Amino acid sequence: MALNSTPLSTIMLLLLLAGCQTSPDSLRSTGDLGVIVERATGSLALVDTSHQRQLDRVEGLGDLSHASVKFSRDARYAFVFGRDGGLSKVDLLTGDITTRIMQSGNSIGGAISQDGQLIAVANYEPGGVKLFDSDNLALVADIPAIWVDAGGREQRSKVVGLVDAPGNRFVYSLFDAGEIYIVNMNGETPELTRFIDVGANPYDALIDASGRYYIAGLFGEDGLALLDLWHIDAGVQRILPNYGRGEERLPVYKMPHLEGWAMAGNEAWLPAVGRHEVLIADKDDWSLTGRIPVQGQPIFVMSRPDQRQIWVSFAHPDNDVVQVIDTETRTIVATLSPGKAILHMEFTPRGEHVWISARDSNRVTVYDTHTLQEVARLESESPSGIFFTDRAHRIGL
Amino acid sequence: MYRLTRALLPCILGLVSTQIPASDIAPVREKELETLLYQDCGSCHGMTLKGGLGPALSQERMNRYTREGLAGLILQGIPGTAMPSWGALLSEKEARWIADQLQHNNPLER
Repeated sequence: MALNSTPLSTIMLLLLLAGCQTSPDSLRSTGDLGVIVERATGSLALVDTSHQRQLDRVEGLGDLSHASVKFSRDARYAFVFGRDGGLSKVDLLTGDITTRIMQSGNSIGGAISQDGQLIAVANYEPGGVKLFDSDNLALVADIPAIWVDAGGREQRSKVVGLVDAPGNRFVYSLFDAGEIYIVNMNGETPELTRFIDVGANPYDALIDASGRYYIAGLFGEDGLALLDLWHIDAGVQRILPNYGRGEERLPVYKMPHLEGWAMAGNEAWLPAVGRHEVLIADKDDWSLTGRIPVQGQPIFVMSRPDQRQIWVSFAHPDNDVVQVIDTETRTIVATLSPGKAILHMEFTPRGEHVWISARDSNRVTVYDTHTLQEVARLESESPSGIFFTDRAHRIGL
Repeated sequence: MYRLTRALLPCILGLVSTQIPASDIAPVREKELETLLYQDCGSCHGMTLKGGLGPALSQERMNRYTREGLAGLILQGIPGTAMPSWGALLSEKEARWIADQLQHNNPLER
């Protein structure tokens, strides 16, 4: 039947559409939504994790190489941190970019405050942290990362490892300066606490799920820097020093990521820098309790939400597989090949599936984490980070 | 004639400024090297080479080196920094190809 554009049918169609918009059938919740960063095209794919399908695509987000995403506490909006300093707020339900600003020349990621009111961005150029109102992205505070180099010159450091912490605080590290800062946003103005000489070149950091431990990985030396946020007077302590046993590192073609680090039982599982190893540390005294040889230099070392498995992705040139480690037996139980140039993995909220992006295969593969079988495949152009909305309610994510 | 020359001039200049010595690397490998340059070098230097944890790789900065010097730097890395040696993954010829790209076909200039 041909639908003629008579005034009557147009009016009826409009009435029908209006009716749809208000009917309960058209309501959509966001608990099973997520986004895939498509770095080459500067776009986001909006996905539904219950049906493993793409719902929409959001374009015009700028340079998304190394982009990351945080969610508003109502899990409706995604805040997208672009490499080019762009900060965009995307409505997951409508697919619209509601606000977009260019806030620096070069940025690396961000965080959302405990109360959901503030967005913090870590910037490389100019080095520092900027804080924005999460409603309208209006600037709230600008904190330059200033330090004095060996020659006595004032410099600005690249900022890495920015996370949220309980008490409406943020914590971050200075790559060039080897310092860690806490910024407390409870008062009228930001209140800074500085820790110096934490170690050479912190490259990324994490905060554990309880929000107590902030750990920065060090590129310039073996070991990590630990700040216990329950006891900040104790300062920053060095953990796992000399895990490389004095042996020469392999060339590091890509910096590991610490976000999404793995806790299993009372142990932390971490990527070793420049070694084909995953390190295991006891959380009571942070001593090294194990090393698991893996097939390449680990990038992401992530725990399945039930902590029974650790999934590991790798640096170039060994980045076409992921390995799965059983946390009880500490053995590799599977080596999977989801595609070429694996960049990221994201578990569904309760961990029955994991989504894995393969940049050079232009696809995201979904695995059942119990059978280790592929359950779905989504075409995506040069996919990198994958982020699901359950992060909205988790400290540090 | 004058108008024709003026119209052609940018093309000619463009040709000169992006001219790269002919390489005897197989096209398939060239494609892999291009991916390596923008994606893997890009993980520190930015996918458009405008910088990240590593510095921006502008054409001006790249041309402070000779082609051989830049290729050597890529192969050996810079001790004391996060720049690794790529010698285990690239031949000298391939490193020279990447140096050529950075010096004469730099995405920041496009």
